[in-house]
Amino acid sequence: MADNGDDGANVSEPLDLVRLLIDEFVFVKLRGDRELKGRLHAYDSHCNLVLGEVEETIYVVEDEDDETDELKTVNRKSEMLFVRGDSVVLISPYSGA
Amino acid sequence: MLFFSFFKTLIDHEVTVELKNDIQIRGTLKSVDQYLNIKLENISVVEEIKYPHLSAVKNVFIRGSVVRYVHLPASAVDVPLLEDATRREAANQAGKAK
Repeated sequence: MADNGDDGANVSEPLDLVRLLIDEFVFVKLRGDRELKGRLHAYDSHCNLVLGEVEETIYVVEDEDDETDELKTVNRKSEMLFVRGDSVVLISPYSGA
Repeated sequence: MLFFSFFKTLIDHEVTVELKNDIQIRGTLKSVDQYLNIKLENISVVEEIKYPHLSAVKNVFIRGSVVRYVHLPASAVDVPLLEDATRREAANQAGKAK
C-alpha cells in the first residue's frame, strides 16, 4: 500500500487513519449489535463506507421457552455493500484469520 | 459528494436496500440525491411473508436516513476508480479544513 501524493503519509486527523486502510481488510462495529469485516473500498467524512467481500455478524438474544436467554450469532455474506455512516460505531484494521 | 456520484453510476442497476427496521427491498435504482435519498422501481420485499405491507407497492422513495445498507452488484463497481476517488475526496476535505 504505497502512498501516492506528497501528503499521503500525513496523519493529522482521525479519518487519516481510515485513509490508510483503503483496500485493506477492516473490522467495523455498528449500532444494533452488528459487526462487519470486509475490504474497505470507499469512505467519506460521515463514515459512509463501501466494503467488498463482506461478512456480517449479528448478535441476537433469543428467548427460549425454558426461560434461558441464549446468545446467538447470525452470519451473512455480501459481495459489495454500502454502509450508511450513521450506523457506524468504529472502524479498525482487521487482524485475524 | 463522493457517494452521491458513486450512486449515480449505479442507476438502472438492481440493488437491495436494507432499512434500519430490517426490511430489505430489492429493486432497480432509478434516482438518488445529495442526501442519498433513493428511488427504486419494480420493487420486491425480501421475506415478503414477514413484511407483507409493501406487497402492493411498485415504486418507492426511501428517505436516506432510514437506510442501513445497500447491497450492490460487485460487477457494477469499478473498485480502483472508487478507491482513487476516495483518496481524492480525502485530500479535498483536508484542504478545506486548513
